Amino acid sequence: MKAFCSGTPVQAPRILPCGDSALSVEFGDTIDPEVNGRVLALDEALRRKPLPGILETVPTYRSLLVHFDPVAADFAELSQHLLSEAEGLAPQATSGRRWKVPVVYGGPNGIDLEEVAERHGMSPARLIELHSGAVYRIYMLGFMPGFAYLGGLDPRLATPRRVHPRARIPSGSIIIGGAQAAVASIECPSGWHLLGRTPVRSYDPGREPVFLFSAGDEIVFEPVGPSRWDALERAAEAGEPVAEQVTP
Amino acid sequence: MTALVIKSCGPMTSLQDRGRYGYQRFGVSPSGAMDRRGLAMANALVGNAPWTVAIEFVHLGGALTASGGDVLIALAGADCSLAIDGKAVAPRTAALLKEGQTAEVGHARRGTFAYLAAAGGFAVPASLGSRSLHLRSRMGGLDGRPLQANDRLDCAATGGPAPLMRLPDDPAPDDGPIRVMLGPQDDYFTPEAIRTFLESEFTVSSQADRMGFQLSGPVLEHAKGFNIVSDGIVEGHVQVPGSGQPIVLMRDRQTAGGYPKIATVIGADLDRLAQVRPGSPVRFRAVDREEAVAAARAFRSWVEALPRALVPVRLSPTTEDLLAANLIGGAVHALDPNVPE
Repeated sequence: MKAFCSGTPVQAPRILPCGDSALSVEFGDTIDPEVNGRVLALDEALRRKPLPGILETVPTYRSLLVHFDPVAADFAELSQHLLSEAEGLAPQATSGRRWKVPVVYGGPNGIDLEEVAERHGMSPARLIELHSGAVYRIYMLGFMPGFAYLGGLDPRLATPRRVHPRARIPSGSIIIGGAQAAVASIECPSGWHLLGRTPVRSYDPGREPVFLFSAGDEIVFEPVGPSRWDALERAAEAGEPVAEQVTP
Repeated sequence: MTALVIKSCGPMTSLQDRGRYGYQRFGVSPSGAMDRRGLAMANALVGNAPWTVAIEFVHLGGALTASGGDVLIALAGADCSLAIDGKAVAPRTAALLKEGQTAEVGHARRGTFAYLAAAGGFAVPASLGSRSLHLRSRMGGLDGRPLQANDRLDCAATGGPAPLMRLPDDPAPDDGPIRVMLGPQDDYFTPEAIRTFLESEFTVSSQADRMGFQLSGPVLEHAKGFNIVSDGIVEGHVQVPGSGQPIVLMRDRQTAGGYPKIATVIGADLDRLAQVRPGSPVRFRAVDREEAVAAARAFRSWVEALPRALVPVRLSPTTEDLLAANLIGGAVHALDPNVPE
């Protein structure tokens, strides 16, 4: 796997019990594209060829959570099956989908931008350049409906979380915390730093598809001016995805 | 259309069914009734399938009236009084709420979550396959919010002449330890911490809601720090943040989280934990998979057997009832001008 030069030794997956009706197939304990790629590959394999008794699967950074019916499925048998299934799989690089996500940086839409830039001794323009110059991988969705956890943040932007989390950040907030980045979907509490905001609704119950992004997708951010925001916001309000699919 | 109209209720009163499954991969919390036993009993009493949507009262009661027709209702779960126009309804007994009458649900005397079911359920739209409210994501419920005064819940069926039923047995009140299975991250704790967790008494703190129950008690010591890379969360997970005070994740939990989980409450005991009130003690006991699966199977059989456990209500009539009733059908007044000669 030349594409993954992470240096992390590949470890054999192990099964962790999560009560009587779930288990976690753990591939590692780090944030690493290869580990996540193995999680997504097993998830995809199970979606293509479902095992009896499995109710739903939840891919995370480093493990696949498998919910099953404890009356219909035998734990030992299921574990054996999952381990042998996981063994032969090549890590999934990405889903092949890349989204261009428009962002209005700074000002009222990104109240922490200037402070974060100052902290790293750079201009806000440079920060925007670094943040929007990267390709991000969606490692997982979680926390809130459609909330996307991203990898790929430029290490020069890594910023410890806020000492005092905010009780509420707006929907569509573009945020960073530690070495991670995220697109917040709906209004939620957060201790991360707000750099900007996108009109894109990664979760919209009135739209088909309800969820725009999946784990394994990629995101690139496109800085747009506040004047463009209004037009995009109206289009998003009307149910348009606004995020454009581009070729990787 | 027949409807129940809320006259008053506590701030966290909501609509709940079994929950919203299949979307945890997109970050959607399943939600659902905190006490599934209570939900299944209330529904069985009015002839519904066990996981039909019902009103979940949280500690505080409320009042509602029937509009546009009669509604067959039943209350189960936490121990709350139910009265119709001031007349008490026996526990675990269905009652006909006639048009214009008011049903009053009292405060919980034991437990926290009570379920009021109506025959046929409520005609509210489902979101992602469930009518359960998840407040944080404004999903389900009535327009994604809790219930409040003047809300109108259209009933999917009318009261009709269905016989009134009751459930003679309360599931035996079990005050024994809540059963857990160790893992998935019990290796993040010292053997001492695991022993402390299983041998100590904890108290459900005032920080207990549909999302999670914060417990207070002896500090559980981590063996290798408390920061893990976020992974998936299931209901019943007992996570231990830096404070060393465990939190049991309940129906409204987030789908992923970053603290090590020392153990997981077994599915069959989560309803019982949900009814432990803030300030009350709780203990845990580790069980093996065999016992947990046997308990899951027993719970399923119990739910399936509920309709067969119902018995008809034998009404003991009052003097007023007797005087109002035509007890000698067929008799007529000889001088009645309508009587044919």
